[in-house]
Amino acid sequence: MQQVLSQHRIGVVGYVPDGGHKRLIELCQADARMRSVVLSTEEEGVGLAAGAWLGGERSVLLMQSSGVGNIVNALATVRECRFPVTILVTMRGENGEFNPWQVPMGQATGAVLRAMGAVVHRVDNPADVAGQVEASLRIAHGSYCAAAVLIGQRLIGIKSFQEQANQ
Amino acid sequence: MSLHRRDVVKALLAERGGLLVVAGLGSTAWDCTAAGDHDLTFPLWGAMGCAAVMGLGLALAQPRRRVLVITGDGEMLMGLGSLATIGVQKPANLSVVVIDNERYGETGMQATHTASGVDLAAMARAAGFATGVLVRDAAGVGALRKMVHEADGPNFAQVKVAAEKVPLVLPPREGVLLKNRFRAALLGAGAALE
Repeated sequence: MQQVLSQHRIGVVGYVPDGGHKRLIELCQADARMRSVVLSTEEEGVGLAAGAWLGGERSVLLMQSSGVGNIVNALATVRECRFPVTILVTMRGENGEFNPWQVPMGQATGAVLRAMGAVVHRVDNPADVAGQVEASLRIAHGSYCAAAVLIGQRLIGIKSFQEQANQ
Repeated sequence: MSLHRRDVVKALLAERGGLLVVAGLGSTAWDCTAAGDHDLTFPLWGAMGCAAVMGLGLALAQPRRRVLVITGDGEMLMGLGSLATIGVQKPANLSVVVIDNERYGETGMQATHTASGVDLAAMARAAGFATGVLVRDAAGVGALRKMVHEADGPNFAQVKVAAEKVPLVLPPREGVLLKNRFRAALLGAGAALE
């Protein structure tokens, strides 16, 4: 996935960490051509991406599905100004989720993104991830819009505090 | 004698050279327009709380240009986390100037947190900005101009100004127009084909 970002000349990667993004974040941090920016809230990432595009750089944002709830108003600016931005969302709140507080936002993630004008792709098969990320990068930059890939919880694995405790 | 917001912004933007400007929504966008509408000023009509971090994105993309965010106290208060995000990235070419009238000016002049003493400059220093200053007088504005145009950052200033109503001077409203004119002025006509 990181190679796809590199091929598409992504210069800025904004993220609020999620377990499902751990390896990708490490690979982006190790790539001297990408500036990795840790955010205090996902909304900052949308502003970051807009500013970077004004300056000629392409951006990708990494966040968990709960973070999509934090970017809703900022997506209004993306739509009004037609800023290209690709958002890779690791899903929680579906497929055997053990934490009930994650379920409402997880179930609403796709609808919220679509309501704000984002193009939404979803992947549940590991073999499809790189292709869907590439498709989202193409549509974001080809159509000057927000494009999101929802990476299904079945693909990432279900979080379990018991398993974490045993690691 | 208290400072007037239009005088402060005009002083910062006079003979601006290659300065890139992001103007926070509301009064500071009108202040920047009153100082002279400019292709390399991006005035926000929305995205409240995002002005500073938009300046960060611009500063990272254009490390050889100086970037100035001019925003209001209410707008900055909505994006306080971005001070920490900027403090981590430490872009030397970025300055954030808050025009602080201690009011939500567009909604009826209700008091903001800064009216009760919330110290944004101290927050910026604590977040890792190279400088975080409080400006209250004309001498301070002169030093601030020097900081914005010359000093290594990230720099932050909180400028206390009079809570006054000033005439509306509006920039263009359409987002695509504002984006495209900025990119064309900065990156050349070819930016439209990117």
